Amino acid sequence: MENDEEQDVAGDLLVILRHGPHGSSWLREGLDAALVAAAFGRRVTLLFMGEGVTALVPGQQRGPLGQKGTAPTLEMLEMYDIDSLLVEAEALSRLGLDGDELMLSPRRVEAAALPGLTACHSLVLTF
Amino acid sequence: MRYGILLMGAPYSSQAAHSALRFARAVAGRGHRLEAVFFYHEGVHNAARLAAPPQDEPHLVDGWAALSADHGVPLQVCIAAALRRGLLDEREAARHGKQGHSVEPPFELTGLGQLVDLGLRCDRLVTFGP
Repeated sequence: MENDEEQDVAGDLLVILRHGPHGSSWLREGLDAALVAAAFGRRVTLLFMGEGVTALVPGQQRGPLGQKGTAPTLEMLEMYDIDSLLVEAEALSRLGLDGDELMLSPRRVEAAALPGLTACHSLVLTF
Repeated sequence: MRYGILLMGAPYSSQAAHSALRFARAVAGRGHRLEAVFFYHEGVHNAARLAAPPQDEPHLVDGWAALSADHGVPLQVCIAAALRRGLLDEREAARHGKQGHSVEPPFELTGLGQLVDLGLRCDRLVTFGP
Protein backbone atom coordinates (compact mmCIF):
# COMPACT_ATOMS: atom_id res chain seq x y z
CA MET A 1 0.00 0.00 0.00
CA GLU A 2 2.78 2.39 0.98
CA ASN A 3 4.68 1.47 -2.17
CA ASP A 4 1.65 2.27 -4.27
CA GLU A 5 1.48 5.71 -2.75
CA GLU A 6 5.16 6.33 -3.42
CA GLN A 7 4.83 5.34 -7.04
CA ASP A 8 1.86 7.60 -7.30
CA VAL A 9 3.87 10.69 -6.32
CA ALA A 10 7.32 9.67 -7.62
CA GLY A 11 8.87 12.27 -9.89
CA ASP A 12 11.93 14.22 -10.84
CA LEU A 13 11.78 16.97 -8.28
CA LEU A 14 10.41 17.31 -4.75
CA VAL A 15 10.19 20.94 -3.59
CA ILE A 16 9.78 21.26 0.17
CA LEU A 17 8.32 24.57 1.31
CA ARG A 18 8.88 25.34 4.97
CA HIS A 19 8.28 29.09 5.18
CA GLY A 20 5.03 31.05 5.34
CA PRO A 21 3.98 33.43 2.58
CA HIS A 22 4.86 36.60 4.51
CA GLY A 23 8.05 37.83 6.16
CA SER A 24 10.59 36.43 3.71
CA SER A 25 10.99 35.53 0.06
CA TRP A 26 11.66 31.81 0.73
CA LEU A 27 8.22 30.62 -0.30
CA ARG A 28 8.05 32.73 -3.45
CA GLU A 29 11.52 31.71 -4.60
CA GLY A 30 10.79 28.06 -3.83
CA LEU A 31 7.62 28.21 -5.92
CA ASP A 32 9.59 29.87 -8.73
CA ALA A 33 11.96 26.90 -8.79
CA ALA A 34 9.01 24.49 -8.95
CA LEU A 35 7.36 26.41 -11.80
CA VAL A 36 10.54 26.58 -13.84
CA ALA A 37 11.17 22.86 -13.41
CA ALA A 38 7.61 22.11 -14.50
CA ALA A 39 7.95 24.47 -17.48
CA PHE A 40 10.96 22.40 -18.55
CA GLY A 41 8.81 19.27 -18.47
CA ARG A 42 9.93 17.86 -15.12
CA ARG A 43 7.46 16.07 -12.86
CA VAL A 44 7.25 18.15 -9.70
CA THR A 45 5.84 17.34 -6.26
CA LEU A 46 5.27 20.13 -3.74
CA LEU A 47 5.38 19.37 -0.02
CA PHE A 48 4.17 22.08 2.36
CA MET A 49 5.85 21.48 5.71
CA GLY A 50 5.95 23.32 9.02
CA GLU A 51 4.99 26.99 8.65
CA GLY A 52 4.85 26.40 4.91
CA VAL A 53 1.36 24.97 5.32
CA THR A 54 0.10 28.51 6.05
CA ALA A 55 0.65 29.30 2.36
CA LEU A 56 -2.50 27.29 1.68
CA VAL A 57 -4.77 29.24 4.01
CA PRO A 58 -7.33 30.86 1.69
CA GLY A 59 -8.16 34.55 1.45
CA GLN A 60 -4.66 36.00 1.85
CA GLN A 61 -3.94 39.40 0.35
CA ARG A 62 -0.64 40.87 -0.73
CA GLY A 63 -0.27 42.92 2.46
CA PRO A 64 0.63 46.52 3.20
CA LEU A 65 4.34 46.13 2.40
CA GLY A 66 3.60 45.70 -1.28
CA GLN A 67 5.35 42.37 -1.78
CA LYS A 68 3.80 40.08 -4.30
CA GLY A 69 1.51 37.59 -2.61
CA THR A 70 1.97 33.88 -3.29
CA ALA A 71 -1.71 32.93 -3.62
CA PRO A 72 -1.89 33.89 -7.34
CA THR A 73 1.19 31.73 -7.97
CA LEU A 74 -0.41 28.80 -6.16
CA GLU A 75 -3.48 29.15 -8.34
CA MET A 76 -1.26 28.82 -11.41
CA LEU A 77 0.21 25.46 -10.37
CA GLU A 78 -2.44 23.50 -12.21
CA MET A 79 -1.63 25.32 -15.44
CA TYR A 80 1.95 24.07 -15.07
CA ASP A 81 0.70 20.50 -14.49
CA ILE A 82 1.88 20.52 -10.88
CA ASP A 83 -0.91 18.45 -9.36
CA SER A 84 1.03 16.47 -6.79
CA LEU A 85 0.48 18.62 -3.71
CA LEU A 86 1.19 17.31 -0.24
CA VAL A 87 0.82 18.81 3.20
CA GLU A 88 2.41 17.71 6.46
CA ALA A 89 -0.38 16.42 8.71
CA GLU A 90 1.48 17.15 11.93
CA ALA A 91 2.02 20.81 10.98
CA LEU A 92 -1.70 21.21 10.36
CA SER A 93 -2.62 19.99 13.83
CA ARG A 94 0.23 21.94 15.45
CA LEU A 95 -0.99 25.17 13.84
CA GLY A 96 -4.65 24.37 14.48
CA LEU A 97 -5.56 24.29 10.80
CA ASP A 98 -8.33 22.25 9.30
CA GLY A 99 -6.96 20.54 6.21
CA ASP A 100 -10.34 20.64 4.47
CA GLU A 101 -10.36 24.43 4.33
CA LEU A 102 -7.04 24.79 2.52
CA MET A 103 -6.57 25.99 -1.05
CA LEU A 104 -5.91 23.39 -3.75
CA SER A 105 -6.99 20.35 -1.67
CA PRO A 106 -3.53 18.98 -0.88
CA ARG A 107 -3.11 15.39 0.28
CA ARG A 108 -2.04 14.88 3.92
CA VAL A 109 1.17 12.99 4.61
CA GLU A 110 2.21 11.59 7.96
CA ALA A 111 5.75 12.04 9.28
CA ALA A 112 6.48 8.34 8.76
CA ALA A 113 5.96 8.71 5.00
CA LEU A 114 8.49 11.53 4.57
CA PRO A 115 11.66 9.41 4.15
CA GLY A 116 9.97 7.38 1.40
CA LEU A 117 8.88 10.60 -0.25
CA THR A 118 12.39 12.04 -0.47
CA ALA A 119 13.73 8.67 -1.63
CA CYS A 120 11.39 8.45 -4.62
CA HIS A 121 12.44 11.78 -6.15
CA SER A 122 15.71 12.28 -8.02
CA LEU A 123 16.19 15.78 -6.65
CA VAL A 124 14.97 17.46 -3.46
CA LEU A 125 15.10 21.23 -2.98
CA THR A 126 14.18 22.74 0.38
CA PHE A 127 13.08 26.34 0.85
CA MET B 1 31.62 11.65 -7.88
CA ARG B 2 29.91 14.56 -9.58
CA TYR B 3 28.86 17.27 -7.13
CA GLY B 4 26.84 20.44 -7.42
CA ILE B 5 26.45 23.18 -4.83
CA LEU B 6 23.38 25.32 -4.20
CA LEU B 7 24.17 28.36 -2.07
CA MET B 8 21.29 30.40 -0.64
CA GLY B 9 23.06 32.37 2.11
CA ALA B 10 24.48 35.89 1.72
CA PRO B 11 28.19 36.42 2.41
CA TYR B 12 29.09 37.76 5.88
CA SER B 13 25.50 37.31 7.11
CA SER B 14 25.59 33.63 7.98
CA GLN B 15 28.02 30.76 7.93
CA ALA B 16 26.51 29.32 4.76
CA ALA B 17 28.79 31.00 2.22
CA HIS B 18 31.99 30.28 4.18
CA SER B 19 31.02 26.62 4.59
CA ALA B 20 30.02 26.27 0.95
CA LEU B 21 33.35 27.65 -0.29
CA ARG B 22 35.33 25.36 2.03
CA PHE B 23 33.23 22.39 0.94
CA ALA B 24 33.74 23.31 -2.71
CA ARG B 25 37.52 23.40 -2.24
CA ALA B 26 37.44 20.05 -0.40
CA VAL B 27 35.38 18.42 -3.16
CA ALA B 28 37.75 19.64 -5.88
CA GLY B 29 40.81 18.83 -3.75
CA ARG B 30 39.71 15.22 -3.30
CA GLY B 31 39.55 14.74 -7.04
CA HIS B 32 35.77 14.83 -7.39
CA ARG B 33 34.16 16.83 -10.15
CA LEU B 34 32.34 19.98 -9.07
CA GLU B 35 29.92 20.59 -11.95
CA ALA B 36 28.81 24.06 -10.90
CA VAL B 37 27.92 26.32 -7.99
CA PHE B 38 24.43 27.82 -8.27
CA PHE B 39 23.66 31.01 -6.32
CA TYR B 40 20.00 31.55 -5.40
CA HIS B 41 17.92 33.48 -2.86
CA GLU B 42 20.30 35.69 -0.81
CA GLY B 43 23.22 33.64 -2.08
CA VAL B 44 23.27 35.88 -5.17
CA HIS B 45 25.10 38.51 -3.09
CA ASN B 46 28.18 36.27 -3.29
CA ALA B 47 28.54 37.55 -6.85
CA ALA B 48 28.84 41.23 -5.80
CA ARG B 49 31.81 42.59 -7.76
CA LEU B 50 32.08 45.59 -5.44
CA ALA B 51 32.34 43.64 -2.17
CA ALA B 52 35.16 45.09 -0.07
CA PRO B 53 35.47 43.16 3.19
CA PRO B 54 38.17 44.11 5.76
CA GLN B 55 41.56 42.71 4.83
CA ASP B 56 41.73 40.38 7.83
CA GLU B 57 38.59 38.52 6.71
CA PRO B 58 38.31 35.96 3.93
CA HIS B 59 37.26 37.61 0.66
CA LEU B 60 34.41 35.36 -0.40
CA VAL B 61 33.77 36.89 -3.83
CA ASP B 62 37.45 36.54 -4.75
CA GLY B 63 37.38 33.07 -3.19
CA TRP B 64 34.68 31.90 -5.59
CA ALA B 65 36.50 33.43 -8.54
CA ALA B 66 39.72 31.65 -7.50
CA LEU B 67 37.84 28.35 -7.20
CA SER B 68 36.52 28.83 -10.71
CA ALA B 69 39.97 29.72 -12.08
CA ASP B 70 41.69 26.78 -10.34
CA HIS B 71 39.15 24.08 -11.12
CA GLY B 72 37.08 25.40 -14.01
CA VAL B 73 33.88 25.49 -11.95
CA PRO B 74 31.00 27.49 -13.52
CA LEU B 75 29.51 30.06 -11.12
CA GLN B 76 25.84 30.38 -12.03
CA VAL B 77 23.70 33.14 -10.52
CA CYS B 78 19.89 33.11 -10.76
CA ILE B 79 19.07 36.14 -12.87
CA ALA B 80 15.62 36.82 -11.38
CA ALA B 81 16.91 36.66 -7.79
CA ALA B 82 19.93 38.80 -8.76
CA LEU B 83 18.20 41.61 -10.66
CA ARG B 84 15.73 42.41 -7.92
CA ARG B 85 18.62 42.61 -5.43
CA GLY B 86 20.68 44.99 -7.55
CA LEU B 87 23.13 42.46 -8.99
CA LEU B 88 23.49 43.17 -12.71
CA ASP B 89 26.18 42.30 -15.22
CA GLU B 90 27.19 44.73 -17.96
CA ARG B 91 24.50 43.56 -20.35
CA GLU B 92 21.66 43.76 -17.83
CA ALA B 93 22.91 47.13 -16.56
CA ALA B 94 22.73 48.51 -20.10
CA ARG B 95 19.34 46.93 -20.66
CA HIS B 96 17.93 48.53 -17.50
CA GLY B 97 19.64 51.88 -18.07
CA LYS B 98 21.89 51.59 -15.02
CA GLN B 99 25.30 53.18 -14.63
CA GLY B 100 27.91 50.61 -13.69
CA HIS B 101 27.50 46.90 -13.13
CA SER B 102 27.83 44.75 -10.04
CA VAL B 103 28.44 41.27 -11.49
CA GLU B 104 31.33 40.24 -13.72
CA PRO B 105 32.81 36.94 -14.98
CA PRO B 106 33.47 34.27 -13.89
CA PHE B 107 30.01 34.76 -12.36
CA GLU B 108 27.28 34.40 -14.98
CA LEU B 109 23.62 35.35 -14.73
CA THR B 110 21.47 32.44 -15.78
CA GLY B 111 18.02 30.94 -15.33
CA LEU B 112 16.60 28.63 -12.68
CA GLY B 113 16.41 25.89 -15.30
CA GLN B 114 20.18 25.56 -14.84
CA LEU B 115 19.63 24.72 -11.16
CA VAL B 116 17.17 21.94 -11.98
CA ASP B 117 19.49 20.64 -14.68
CA LEU B 118 22.46 20.73 -12.29
CA GLY B 119 20.56 18.89 -9.57
CA LEU B 120 19.44 16.13 -11.91
CA ARG B 121 22.84 15.82 -13.60
CA CYS B 122 24.94 15.49 -10.41
CA ASP B 123 25.30 12.52 -8.11
CA ARG B 124 24.92 14.92 -5.18
CA LEU B 125 23.53 18.45 -4.97
CA VAL B 126 24.53 19.93 -1.61
CA THR B 127 22.58 22.94 -0.34
CA PHE B 128 23.98 25.62 1.96
CA GLY B 129 21.59 28.14 3.47
CA PRO B 130 21.13 30.27 6.58
